Amino acid sequence: MPTVAPLDLDGHCVAAVFLGDVPHFALADGTIHRLDHGHKTAQANDGLLAAFHDAANDRLITGGEDGKIFSVTAGGNAAELASAGKKWITSVAAGPQGAVAYASGKIAFVRFADGKTKEFMHPRSVEGLAFSPKGMRFGVARYNGATLHFPAADGKPVELEWAGAHTGITFSPDGAFLVTTMQKNALHGWKLADGKHMRMSGYPGKVKSLSWSARGKWLASSGAPAAIVWPFSGKDGPVGKAPLELGTRGNAMVTSVACHPSQEVVAVGYDDGMVMAVRFADAKEVLLRRPGKGAITSMMWDREERRVAFGSTAGDCGVIDISA
Amino acid sequence: MSDAQTTQIPVTVLTGYLGAGKTTLLNRILSENHGKRYAVIVNEFGEIGIDNELIVESDEEIYEMNNGCVCCTVRGDLIRVVEGLMRRPGRFDAIVVETTGLADPVPVAQTFFMDDDVRSKTRLDAVVVLVDAKHLPLRLKDSREAEDQIAFADVVVLNKTDLVTPEELSKVEATIRAINPAAKIHRTTRAGLALSEVLDRGAFDLSRALENDPHFLDAHDDHDQHHDHQDHDGHHHHDGHDHHHHAHASDIHDVTVQSVSLRGGEMDPKKFFPWIEKITQMEGPNILRLKGIIALKGDDERYVIQGVHMIIEGDHQRAWKDGEKHESRLVFIGRELDAERLKKSFDACQAA
Repeated sequence: MPTVAPLDLDGHCVAAVFLGDVPHFALADGTIHRLDHGHKTAQANDGLLAAFHDAANDRLITGGEDGKIFSVTAGGNAAELASAGKKWITSVAAGPQGAVAYASGKIAFVRFADGKTKEFMHPRSVEGLAFSPKGMRFGVARYNGATLHFPAADGKPVELEWAGAHTGITFSPDGAFLVTTMQKNALHGWKLADGKHMRMSGYPGKVKSLSWSARGKWLASSGAPAAIVWPFSGKDGPVGKAPLELGTRGNAMVTSVACHPSQEVVAVGYDDGMVMAVRFADAKEVLLRRPGKGAITSMMWDREERRVAFGSTAGDCGVIDISA
Repeated sequence: MSDAQTTQIPVTVLTGYLGAGKTTLLNRILSENHGKRYAVIVNEFGEIGIDNELIVESDEEIYEMNNGCVCCTVRGDLIRVVEGLMRRPGRFDAIVVETTGLADPVPVAQTFFMDDDVRSKTRLDAVVVLVDAKHLPLRLKDSREAEDQIAFADVVVLNKTDLVTPEELSKVEATIRAINPAAKIHRTTRAGLALSEVLDRGAFDLSRALENDPHFLDAHDDHDQHHDHQDHDGHHHHDGHDHHHHAHASDIHDVTVQSVSLRGGEMDPKKFFPWIEKITQMEGPNILRLKGIIALKGDDERYVIQGVHMIIEGDHQRAWKDGEKHESRLVFIGRELDAERLKKSFDACQAA
């Protein structure tokens, strides 16, 4: 039976992650809580809006209302990486070679590991940011499409057009596909080799959480009463294929998804705080956590594939141990 | 519904041209001792001389929600900022959105109806426009936005009245009335009016909205704005009643917005609802605002409706009082409205 070690915090949890083997919870007020032989706290942004787990460097990158970027490492060490003025930092991402990207209004900034930064001005607001896993390349979600930049070179950006407001962005782990979340209830994807479009629609709500499965064979998403899991193993991704619907509930919406690091299993978090694990092959469900106070906002599996850290809108966070 | 409303944060939208006095009013809202804390969303930090961590600058980002439908627009930046603010709701009691002088108020307002996340956490309280009494005639000549802002407003603060003669002031006010007979107008200098006249108005709250509009639907003809102010029998709506104020304001009236006020008896719900649905679908792009109190045949409660372009909301408001006339009243504010056709088709919805 899975057991839950709860951590009841006061406020909206933006990110629940493992740094080292310690669960860390970043709240909207900028406090970073961790369960490390007791409950300990550190402070990052004054108002934390965006967070990205930088797996390669075992750190959490955060951006906030204070216009600053913080790097939080194991042990709750929060260090200011950069500052971009008075505007909110609305999106952050980490990429290869220690690079970090962050968005402030219409500008995307890239900060390289040596501390140098480069600015990329856009005609419209930078809504979402993601690095490609390969090469020094990052994508910007924007109104009517996405823009790909090559910050290490001075080449022209590549524009990918699709009408509508694109709010979030992710590359597949092999770098072959780019997927955006949209203001309307849909995802949009591009096969980068030939620019072929992939429309993934039919969601009853906005998609706010995406997670790639091991080796990028599937993309799990929130925004429906089930986790919607699109197949990406074929050469054209999900074109012409139906998604899996896992963990379907009649009275709740999925708000967060986190794929298992190696197995074809997804942790599914709902708007009532319930968490289930569901296997792709047979849709078998295991209850990991009963409903709580707030919608699940963020989840992450640890390296040992034994625990899931979760956070919620109401601050009732915790760690699920599935091996117990 | 009332539970949700009590926890939803009210949002006031403040529009108006540069120099009309928006900053003065904002500074008062932020500094006066009224016991409430405001988060303010601005497009430019500009002149606000007050240091407040809850002043958020955002780039105006207009999203079209459906390809080809020009009136289905929202402000993407507001969705993001409101979502961010609402993650720490204990910091403020209400939100003020200040728009730039040229901003279109419609996407701002529609954001609070069309985005589910925003709608679940906030409610639009009122749209307030500041107008410079001296420069309004010029603004109306050279821009459509100035007219839109007035047409769309619930409250008009007619500011800088000390810079014009009483005659000029009457004309400006008549022009505002001609554009928007539903708005409450306040004459001020240095934006000096009670903040309770602009904040917490409940102008979009169906249970309160129309109670706030003494000029609008409960016509006592204290102004000459009503198209049909003689017409209490509820059957005949003659064109021609509305010429009085046009003549009054004609020399500064470069106005393309018009209003159509309709009045009738009890409506047949089987006819009225399909009609209003069809009108808002077909004429949506031309309708800036609509408001009405409808008497439905066989219903002992008043039914109130309001709309913005194609978005329309309606609900029962309260029981008809003893002796209160069961009368239906509806006002459209917009462009290129076919008044005659609206009146005829409205009349056709009346219960036999």
